[in-house]
Amino acid sequence: MIVNLPVPFGKISRRCVGALKAVQAEHVAPQVYSTRSSSSTLPRITTHYTVYPRNKDPRWEGLEMERFADEADVVIVGGGPAGLSAAIRLKQLANQHEKELRVCVVEKASQIGAHTLSGACLEPTALSELIPDWKERGAPLNTPVTEDKFSILTEKYRIPVPILPGLPMNNHGNYLVRLGHFVRWLGEQAEELGVELYPGYAAAEVLFHEDGSVKGIATNDVGIAKDGSPKDVFERGMELHAKVTLFGEGCHGHLAKQLYKQFNLRENCEPQTYAIGLKELWVIDEKKWHPGRAEHSVGWPLNRNTYGGSFLYHLNEGEPLVAVGFVVGLDYTNPYLSPFREFQRWKHHPSVMSTLEGGNRIAYGARALNEGGSQSIPKVTFPGGMLIGCSPGFMNVPKIKGTHTAMKSGMLAAESAFSKITDENLQSETAGLYIPEYEEAFKKSWIWKELYSVRNIRPSFHSYFGLYGGMVYTGIFYWILRGKEPWTLKHNGLDSAQLKPAKDCTPIEYPKPDGKISFDLLSSVALSGTNHEHDQPPHLTLKDDSVPVAQNLAIYDGPEQRFCPAGVYEYVPLETSDGMRLQINAQNCVHCKTCDIKDPSQNINWVVPEGSGGPAYNGM
Amino acid sequence: MHLFSMFLKFQHHLYCLCLPQIRVKPDHTGVVTDGVKHSMNPFCEIAVEEAVKLKEKKLVKEVVAVSCGPQQVQETIRTALAMGADRGIHVEVSGKDYETLGPLQVSKILAALAKKEQADLIILGKQVADFRDSGTFASEVNIEADKLKVVREVDGGLETIKIKLPAVVTADLRLNTPRYATLPNIMKAKKKKIANVKPADLGVDVSSRLEVLKVDEPPQRQAGVKVETVNDLVGKLKEAGTI
Repeated sequence: MIVNLPVPFGKISRRCVGALKAVQAEHVAPQVYSTRSSSSTLPRITTHYTVYPRNKDPRWEGLEMERFADEADVVIVGGGPAGLSAAIRLKQLANQHEKELRVCVVEKASQIGAHTLSGACLEPTALSELIPDWKERGAPLNTPVTEDKFSILTEKYRIPVPILPGLPMNNHGNYLVRLGHFVRWLGEQAEELGVELYPGYAAAEVLFHEDGSVKGIATNDVGIAKDGSPKDVFERGMELHAKVTLFGEGCHGHLAKQLYKQFNLRENCEPQTYAIGLKELWVIDEKKWHPGRAEHSVGWPLNRNTYGGSFLYHLNEGEPLVAVGFVVGLDYTNPYLSPFREFQRWKHHPSVMSTLEGGNRIAYGARALNEGGSQSIPKVTFPGGMLIGCSPGFMNVPKIKGTHTAMKSGMLAAESAFSKITDENLQSETAGLYIPEYEEAFKKSWIWKELYSVRNIRPSFHSYFGLYGGMVYTGIFYWILRGKEPWTLKHNGLDSAQLKPAKDCTPIEYPKPDGKISFDLLSSVALSGTNHEHDQPPHLTLKDDSVPVAQNLAIYDGPEQRFCPAGVYEYVPLETSDGMRLQINAQNCVHCKTCDIKDPSQNINWVVPEGSGGPAYNGM
Repeated sequence: MHLFSMFLKFQHHLYCLCLPQIRVKPDHTGVVTDGVKHSMNPFCEIAVEEAVKLKEKKLVKEVVAVSCGPQQVQETIRTALAMGADRGIHVEVSGKDYETLGPLQVSKILAALAKKEQADLIILGKQVADFRDSGTFASEVNIEADKLKVVREVDGGLETIKIKLPAVVTADLRLNTPRYATLPNIMKAKKKKIANVKPADLGVDVSSRLEVLKVDEPPQRQAGVKVETVNDLVGKLKEAGTI
């Protein structure tokens, strides 16, 4: 039972505290469930109240569940590029028009920027619109791109591909950044303008008015034990009510998932498709360091039908630092594929080893990213709320850039919200404001033009020719027609539906990590600095505890063991009988959302853990 | 009675071994602190919790939270305010001074502040106890009449002592379970005052008598070796020159 604030070394001593206090802990009889296949009873995996409601749970009888509530004009969920840009824009407008506006941002990470992970190569267009004097204000854009390298890799060789001007991968005018530091700087700008930032508090629930419009959010409850019962330090979260709530949870947000269902926002768009991006920071030998160089590759070790590729950015921040990473499309079909191990083995390619050899890995992390482009953008506005940033998904996939569009969407949402909120003659039909002007503004903006022009590049990889078909399509249609072709190609459907049964696929022989260039999973997860209060219900919730063994393991050989970049999911043998059970190591989670996306049974529902839990990225 | 609850930032390099994200600076003059989270450590949380509990029992009139360090420690003071402290004092020590801040300077600062504020009780996290020894490793604290009754955890068991005020108490793990700093309290804490003080204002010179010559990471742990038989073990030990 510990304060809801993490401390790097404190986490270690907290584990000691937990162990010491285990002696004092009451032993609650484990709740059990029976599997369909075996007769043994197993301890329940999922104990979260979203699956087992507390109003039916006798342990919660008589507890005060009333929440303290406060009012703001705008509440923003998520302190990332989109959320902070929206907050900054709102305050800029408020100051400009001399209006009072209370803007609150809630962010699940313990510090602004601690859950941010991206390549990243930033296009400064949105930033220059938002804060024209960003350079004087010390924005950490220290590395202009000086060199673009694009290659197709084979097992031993590298085939250079010229990046002609006009191709989406051309990075002239862009900056290589540590996005976590950039987000932290945006947070400072927001605070200066009077935005109320609350890192360490996760938005756990959407609140609704009686007319069905969004009323605001409630932050997470604290002090619930692992078995779902209340602890002595149990306290309800707080309600933040707003005239309009902006949801900027990033790729595959958990509240957004509910909102899609609630307001039917996805009825006219394709399902979103995703990729997982894994990233490391390396301090390399100075002789191999070329600040300003942006390298990308496709091909080995992925086969032509698995979308993905790598990035290697040489940063110029005072020491020879490179950001290196690997992206794998989550529409892959082989359940034996492990994105983490593909990343580790890619680093052994001669052209990559030559840069990393003799260097030192100092950080690791992973995050899912959107690949759906314009075909997968849902309705972004609904009574009482709006979706911004990577949550609805504005990433330009061939450019592999989404920060500039995320920021711009936040700014557009802020502008349309401001006019509605300050309109004295407004007669809203719903208690929560409905702002269709946001959707119109974004359809007229450069975000839409840009996404529309590249809409066919990613789907062009779905043909038999895979990677090569895609490159040919990009080279011919995009470079010549810039997306003006009259057709729109479709994606393949849900990523989770793409896996083939394990019996139809060949296991992949991955090389053992050598401990110098490639590493094992657990030492990598340790570098992410991730931790969670251990005595809380696992936030990776299962709708049905028996499905993992019965379906995921039986049909697909437990792909979650391989696609989770943090080792959360493990199938371990049962202690007392034959068979396996799923063990969820929730503390390892780095909040990447891949499991929620790729689970073939769609049985895993990621919900937000107690605030401040999760990775402790520093400038990722 | 005024009551002091004090907690300090730890110099990060003491914890180099435990923290994957702490690294030595490239020029070996210290550790990288840019972007590393500054937070209250668990012993200090327990100290603050104890102070707030005493106030809730009405045994104490005011709880003041103190921290020494750069601008970022203000966040930690705010957390203490959110947990129930009444006001905060931020002793500004930054840059090179912060890196070399040692127990001697800290104790001078706290002593000067305690005198200035006329504190009756100082509670600290036990890790900073090296400069006082009354009421250390407290697992229970009570105020009876004008004296402080403290149950201490010592090597042989538990020791109960009565000490006169003003006194210093250091908090051990079992003293209490700190409460969460909930969001409504964080919001209210924004209205509580944090005073800024410089060490010079207290008449304390923070210049270090120690010069850090070099900071290095601990050597990589070498892999162990498994042996099959006792003879193998003896052989390996002989090889290593230990027997």
